[in-house]
Amino acid sequence: MTSFKNAEAGLIVDQLIKTIQEQRDYLSEIDGKIGDGDHGINMNKGFTMCEEKLSHMTYNLSEAFSTLGETLLDDIGGSMGPLYGMLFDEMAMACEDAEDIDAEVFGEMLVNAVEGIQEISPAKVGDKSMIDTLVPAKEAFIAAKEEGKEFVQCLEAMNDAAERGWQSTKDLVAKIGRASRLGERSRGVLDAGATSCYFIVTGIGKAAIGLLK
Amino acid sequence: MQRFVNNPDYIVEDMVKGFLKAHDDLIVKNEKNDRVVQYKNAPVEGKVGLVTGGGSGHEPAFLGYVGENMMDAVAVGEVFSSPSAQAFYDAFMAADSGKGVACLFGNYAGDNMNVKMAIRKAKKQGVTVKYVTATDDVASSPKETKEKRHGIAGGVFMWKVGGAKAAKGADLDEVIATAQKAVDNTRSICVGLSPCAIPAVGHPNFDIKEGDMEFGIGHHGEPGINVQKLKPAKEIANDMAKAVIDDLEPADGDEVAVLLSGLGATPIMELYVLYDEIEAYLKEQGLSIYKVLIGDYVTSLDMNGAALTVMKLDEELKELLDYDAKAPGLK
Repeated sequence: MTSFKNAEAGLIVDQLIKTIQEQRDYLSEIDGKIGDGDHGINMNKGFTMCEEKLSHMTYNLSEAFSTLGETLLDDIGGSMGPLYGMLFDEMAMACEDAEDIDAEVFGEMLVNAVEGIQEISPAKVGDKSMIDTLVPAKEAFIAAKEEGKEFVQCLEAMNDAAERGWQSTKDLVAKIGRASRLGERSRGVLDAGATSCYFIVTGIGKAAIGLLK
Repeated sequence: MQRFVNNPDYIVEDMVKGFLKAHDDLIVKNEKNDRVVQYKNAPVEGKVGLVTGGGSGHEPAFLGYVGENMMDAVAVGEVFSSPSAQAFYDAFMAADSGKGVACLFGNYAGDNMNVKMAIRKAKKQGVTVKYVTATDDVASSPKETKEKRHGIAGGVFMWKVGGAKAAKGADLDEVIATAQKAVDNTRSICVGLSPCAIPAVGHPNFDIKEGDMEFGIGHHGEPGINVQKLKPAKEIANDMAKAVIDDLEPADGDEVAVLLSGLGATPIMELYVLYDEIEAYLKEQGLSIYKVLIGDYVTSLDMNGAALTVMKLDEELKELLDYDAKAPGLK
């Protein structure tokens, strides 16, 4: 298939919530190495609050993303609240008028998500942050799409790039956020934001592939 | 580690409840947002609104600086984590009397993003919000990039001065300029002797070895300038005062205000031990000490350590520091 129905894709967010809940302790453990160790706790809190809100409504993909973005922005705070809040809000807006989500619409969702984050954060690729996962993932998707690949193949390219980008943070020295004060001491461990971003991007990618197959 | 805690995931909620009960003569909860507390008379008619906010775990900061002629509202975050954009926005709305709002906070990445998103939202409602970030921590970035420095205990001087300026009837731009003047003349440094642990995490996320100290540690345990062997208090106090004064570069004969804050687990007794030598160092530099605050003003959970803050004064800053104010955190 070349597209999936917006109306049937709310379950992408259901699966995403489960993934973050499962990764709560792992995310905190990674964060604890060069951060304060609460990343999993705060992510789990936000995604679980969204799960509670969604349990009272019927929703398509754009509505689910919108609820998730709003919850993170309104209730979570930290750095991840505005960054992921912006990401999901932009993804929601980019597909709210689409009945069918194809590679074109999905590409726009990714592009807008990256642009939204860059509006509030100066982080660049190489700074050891979620951007190291997100930007290569978006670029791989867009490149595959422009080569005329199928939607599923574009998503596979996105997932692969997300994993490589996530893993690349291990050898980076943090240039942004509190970990930047560690300098060389931040080398050798994965970035917590890049890690949660990997689970989010590939979580969406895998669920979307499931809908397309 | 033994702590006074119910469910550690809800320690902030539990703390805010107790805080509201203890200080109901000055502070009330916000009607719309559990993560906002406000001065009981906010918004104060005809006055520029003042807002601060930040992660919890620094008590009495940030909520302890809400009160009469101080902050009008504060956004309360999770432990060591910025309040949400919505909390900052609701605090702006609670503080605004139509004269605009000055948001005075600590220059951390999360706070910056949430404040900016809240300002965007307030603008849509026709409320003007301007901000100043405290950048007093000399250990957090070199002098050439001092705009990147984090705010620590020096925020207390920024809030006191900004609060008084607004109370005297200044407009928004004047309040912002004066708060910025306080920031520009303030420097701080922390020394950590033992780490702190976020209650919901349960163990410290960094380590200070027995017999060591971290000179220039951040307010959340961010690494400092270096790790040294623990020295006698006299030498530590001297090093702290020197680090602050070398960066501030006051002139001979300048008047200064001094704030020495414990980081949570340090006996007040030891702060006075440090102050004895700090005072001697400042006098040696030809400085005259106008005002001294000693106690737990901005803490870092259960960290054992101390923060020294020095603000260089002029007549205006002296007058604003002395201006009458009531807030739970001001002693």
